[in-house]
Amino acid sequence: MADMPLVHAVNVTKSFGDNQVLKGIDMDVHKGEVVCFLGPSGSGKTTFLRCINQLETINGGRIWVDGELMGYADKGGVLHRLHDKEIARQRREIGMVFQRFNLFPHKTVLDNIIEAPVQVKGEKKAEVTVRAKELLERVGLADKPLAYPGQLSGGQQQRVAIARALAMRPKLMLFDEPTSALDPELVGEVLTVMRELAKEGMTMIVVTHEMAFARDVADRVVFMDGGVVVEQGDPKQVINNPQHERTQTFLRRMQSEHEQAVAAVADPLGLTQDS
Amino acid sequence: MSTDTVDRPGEIHARPVRHPGRWVALVIIAILVAMLISSFITNPKWDWGFAFQIMQQKPVINGLWKGTILGTIGAMILGIVLGVILAVMRLSENPVLRGVSFAYTWFFRAMPRYVLLAFMGGAIALLYREFDIGVPFGQQIAGALGLSTDLTFWSFSWNDISSTIWVGILGLGLSEAAYMAEIARAGILSVDKGQGEAAQALGMSPGQAMRRIILPQAMRVIVPPTGNETIAMVKDTSLFIAASIITELYFQAYGFGQRSFKIVPGFMAAVMWYLIVCSILMVGQSYLERYFGRGFGAQAPTKRERKVKDLLSRTGDH
Repeated sequence: MADMPLVHAVNVTKSFGDNQVLKGIDMDVHKGEVVCFLGPSGSGKTTFLRCINQLETINGGRIWVDGELMGYADKGGVLHRLHDKEIARQRREIGMVFQRFNLFPHKTVLDNIIEAPVQVKGEKKAEVTVRAKELLERVGLADKPLAYPGQLSGGQQQRVAIARALAMRPKLMLFDEPTSALDPELVGEVLTVMRELAKEGMTMIVVTHEMAFARDVADRVVFMDGGVVVEQGDPKQVINNPQHERTQTFLRRMQSEHEQAVAAVADPLGLTQDS
Repeated sequence: MSTDTVDRPGEIHARPVRHPGRWVALVIIAILVAMLISSFITNPKWDWGFAFQIMQQKPVINGLWKGTILGTIGAMILGIVLGVILAVMRLSENPVLRGVSFAYTWFFRAMPRYVLLAFMGGAIALLYREFDIGVPFGQQIAGALGLSTDLTFWSFSWNDISSTIWVGILGLGLSEAAYMAEIARAGILSVDKGQGEAAQALGMSPGQAMRRIILPQAMRVIVPPTGNETIAMVKDTSLFIAASIITELYFQAYGFGQRSFKIVPGFMAAVMWYLIVCSILMVGQSYLERYFGRGFGAQAPTKRERKVKDLLSRTGDH
């Protein structure tokens, strides 16, 4: 049982109407591992992430998290769909961070963080508040408990979102393109928090376009395209020396986009230096 | 690029654009208002003194509180609660609930309130004299089994409540629910889908997510039209007479004027009370909008935020 992976997915398929988005994904993620999913948009990596905590219902295959079959009860070989409340219980220990933060705009930062531990787990408000303040300190926002999300920058909001997910004491964290909606200068502060989290041994599955983050932080990189896992392995291996042609094409395009982005920032600076 | 400060343009002191039209409009409106006021004063038929007297008559005040205001509050509470339930039903995955909600809205939106109140006041008592709460088809079942009881737990006679405020609240409330359902549905749909997902990802059940996360945000969209509905409801209580409910502001004030052969002051007494009540409601509405709009855009902080800030700044002084 010690070797049982925290996430154990077998032959996962998912279709939206006629469009098959996942075509049989096998994936094991072990405790403490940081796995980065790379791939072009539409490759199914975000969908797979959302299948793990059942924001999407899978059409085939099985997903186990910490030994528990997600979404179904297996009664003598026949699967019974779980009740909404049971599914909600399964989600409690899986934290998720969204591309667009999805903080609750009508609640303060503090109330965002204590909401689920108090309402879902029934923990005492005073205890959770203490923990929430520690978490805010950890993500560098100790001075913002009473701010509303609308008063924060994107990077600050995403750090609150991470704190909110951590307040549930998850054993697995899912990140769905956590920096894609951020202005370039705000990406770093969020990645820093995620690096810290990885260092502390959190099991993380990260869908991202941040190559540097994947190379430096991930234990394993998974490259997806067209609903299948094309290639996976050691980050430096996959990113610096991809074996598969589709991986090579994707990484080349990412590289040129990165250079363009750098140029876009540098050019105006160049102009000001000229005058 | 010269750096000589003398040549650089300074602060702007421009002449404003002239608006002669505004002055013309002001003069015309001032003349019209003066004519109106002069008519109020010089035409004895207005009889403001008597109108103010009618406003303070006991039956009129009674009608205002126990008819107009109580009726508005009761009908709006019923309408909002039932309306939100109907909206949630309409958005549910259960096709039966969706159908029921649709049929309800369809029926009550088509029904004029006057007709509905008249029906409840006049026709229901003819159809059903007594309402029995118990096992469905209890009387038939008891008859077939030869039981001494008819499986009824509680019953009441419609006559006990007809011509009372309860019929008025029921009629207007049922009708209002159809409109509130649409307003609440629009409010719920206005909340970003990511909010529900974030709540579910944190382990909330769909019901918890609806109550704690989605509905409070939907309120921002629901409150302004609900304020309008409430103000409209104040006026619709004047339809109570259709169900023979006479403890109501307009019927009482108008009746007073009629009995004293001073029709106009009777009208004006009711008009002034309606203006006062609706003005107060509009102030209340703006407070509610601010409360439910918290966290959205820049605005004055709510009372609680001010308190917390005060507390923090005071503790910071040490």
